[in-house]
Amino acid sequence: MSDINTLSRTWTDTDPASELDLRLTDTCLRDGSHHKRHQFVEQEVRDIVGALDAAGIPVIEVAHGDGLGGSSFNYGFSATPEQDLIKLAAETATSAKIAFLMLPGVGTKDDIRAAQNNGAQICRIATHCTEADTSQQHFGLARELGLETVGFLMMSHTQPPERLAKEARIMVDAGCQCVYVVDSAGALIMEAVSDRVSAMVAEIGSEATVGFHGHENLGLGVANTVIAARAGATQIDGSVRRFGAGAGNTPLEAFVGVADKLGWKTGVDFLQLVDAAEEVVLPAMPEECHLGRNALMIGYAGVYSSFLRHADNAAARYDVSAAKILLEAGERKLIGGQEDQLIDIALQLKAKDNANA
Amino acid sequence: MTRKVTAAIVGPGNIGTDLLFKLLRSDVIEPRWMIGVDSTSEGLERARQRGVEASHEGVDWLLKQDELPELIFEATSAYVHREYAPRYAEAGIRAIDLTPAAVGPAVIPPVNGEEHLAAENVNMITCGGQATIPMVHAVSRVTPVPYAEIVASVSSASAGPGTRANIDEFTRTTAKGVETIGGADRGKAIIILNPAEPPMIMRDTIFCAVAPDADRDAISESVVRMQQQVQEYVPGYRLLQDAQFDDASPATQGKTKVSIFVEIEGAGDYLPPYAGNLDIMTAAAAQVGESIAKEMLR
Repeated sequence: MSDINTLSRTWTDTDPASELDLRLTDTCLRDGSHHKRHQFVEQEVRDIVGALDAAGIPVIEVAHGDGLGGSSFNYGFSATPEQDLIKLAAETATSAKIAFLMLPGVGTKDDIRAAQNNGAQICRIATHCTEADTSQQHFGLARELGLETVGFLMMSHTQPPERLAKEARIMVDAGCQCVYVVDSAGALIMEAVSDRVSAMVAEIGSEATVGFHGHENLGLGVANTVIAARAGATQIDGSVRRFGAGAGNTPLEAFVGVADKLGWKTGVDFLQLVDAAEEVVLPAMPEECHLGRNALMIGYAGVYSSFLRHADNAAARYDVSAAKILLEAGERKLIGGQEDQLIDIALQLKAKDNANA
Repeated sequence: MTRKVTAAIVGPGNIGTDLLFKLLRSDVIEPRWMIGVDSTSEGLERARQRGVEASHEGVDWLLKQDELPELIFEATSAYVHREYAPRYAEAGIRAIDLTPAAVGPAVIPPVNGEEHLAAENVNMITCGGQATIPMVHAVSRVTPVPYAEIVASVSSASAGPGTRANIDEFTRTTAKGVETIGGADRGKAIIILNPAEPPMIMRDTIFCAVAPDADRDAISESVVRMQQQVQEYVPGYRLLQDAQFDDASPATQGKTKVSIFVEIEGAGDYLPPYAGNLDIMTAAAAQVGESIAKEMLR
């Protein structure tokens, strides 16, 4: 049994110039975009990037919640164009690198070029975890442009470790430098995380790093992230104050505190990050990310976290239960991006209610 | 027996084979040739079994024959079609292009199916475009549509390597079709590949922004009428719900949001019924081919 403090791999294995054991990415300006219904304004981005950068967060992700090009009827229109926010973030950060997310099928290569022109340095490309081959042209372009590349295998709980490793291989062969196990539904439980990370490390570990992106829908964000790091994930996502979809992401300030206790170097100043969480990030949140009934349904039914707000909308519009909408979304095996189908589910539930009335 | 227009299908894959099955039933088109480049192709063998002359020696072989087809259905890739389209034209063969090459004008049968009957080359856009653009048009024929957005969900099993490698072409070509043929000032397209087992039937959602005072009854009626128009060549094309109207708000950028939900179950000619996305492509191509053939026979 390995010691709880032991990391099988560290970031220095990948980047010898680094003194970090783990490289952290804060995603509140991307995943938090779901919770905020994509209403970030420039001042909030300036303040949050400034505070996270000062606390030593090495990577800050900025984008519409559904990635570049996500501003739409289906996912919600952005209050401020995401490219403007990326530009502002890049101008504000002094040492942190700015990352962005794009989903093939939603955004296009043009969006990647624009983000780089606006100062972003890390291109994160997300696909459903069985569809990695839709990302090949985008990884190819990103590397050609000299961007650092990260691949996101979303809804990783739906596939066994071997399949994820296969999909990670496709991304790496296309030019991806780090592949994340993405627990989009917050449905993975402890060893289910480490088994997936280990399988990916075994497949791609000599060529690329492995990352973990967690959600809190079953209350396991920090614990899952610790076990992911021990299994060999060296890039870690979280959102300060949990500011993300569903019940939110792994609270990054809590993880930094835990890493300090375990002796893992993240390069982040815990006290400064806690202050940023309380004084800068919290005021930008519409409300805290709660582990309420609907968020729990998401973790329990294995549903994409960003469905939460859309289920709320459809439930209010058609006077049906949001929890039932989410459970049905799980039954239908919907994946990220199919927010439109929640409206159809709500209409069916309403028809059923009317038939029973 | 009345004369039929002769046709060749280039590309003996899933799409080409499904199209062949449809054309074998046609009153006005006789599919005489199936052309591929691989001697072990199962698609060529399937064509032979149905009495169609099949060759694995490519278009070069076809164009050397004493008798040339009057129509070519291209079911290969955009790359191949761009290369061969000029040679078809030179030989006086009309082309119906099922790839996203977009050499000729785009055609959606119930919208502009009768407009390009004399064109030497017509393009079928994308499966998502064939499934959704009719509905954008159904709204825009009633009231101006400053913005329309379509979300196409297809089963992973029905998305071939071409679609996967060129997903940007899908979104771009479809969005353009939403504008030029759908009639929206600005269009956006989103595609989702869902791996659920058993495979999901193709589903599409069409969102249109319209003026707050637009005539909702007229829009709803036009949408139902369009469903019937598409059903004439794709019987499995179904509205899942009545058109939904959300009042103008900041979340809809001050416009009324019209939402239209459809499902496309394929005819199951060769491809399985869940692959409605592929069926609507071959059905639309057959429909356009027949319109052109009727014009040629006139």
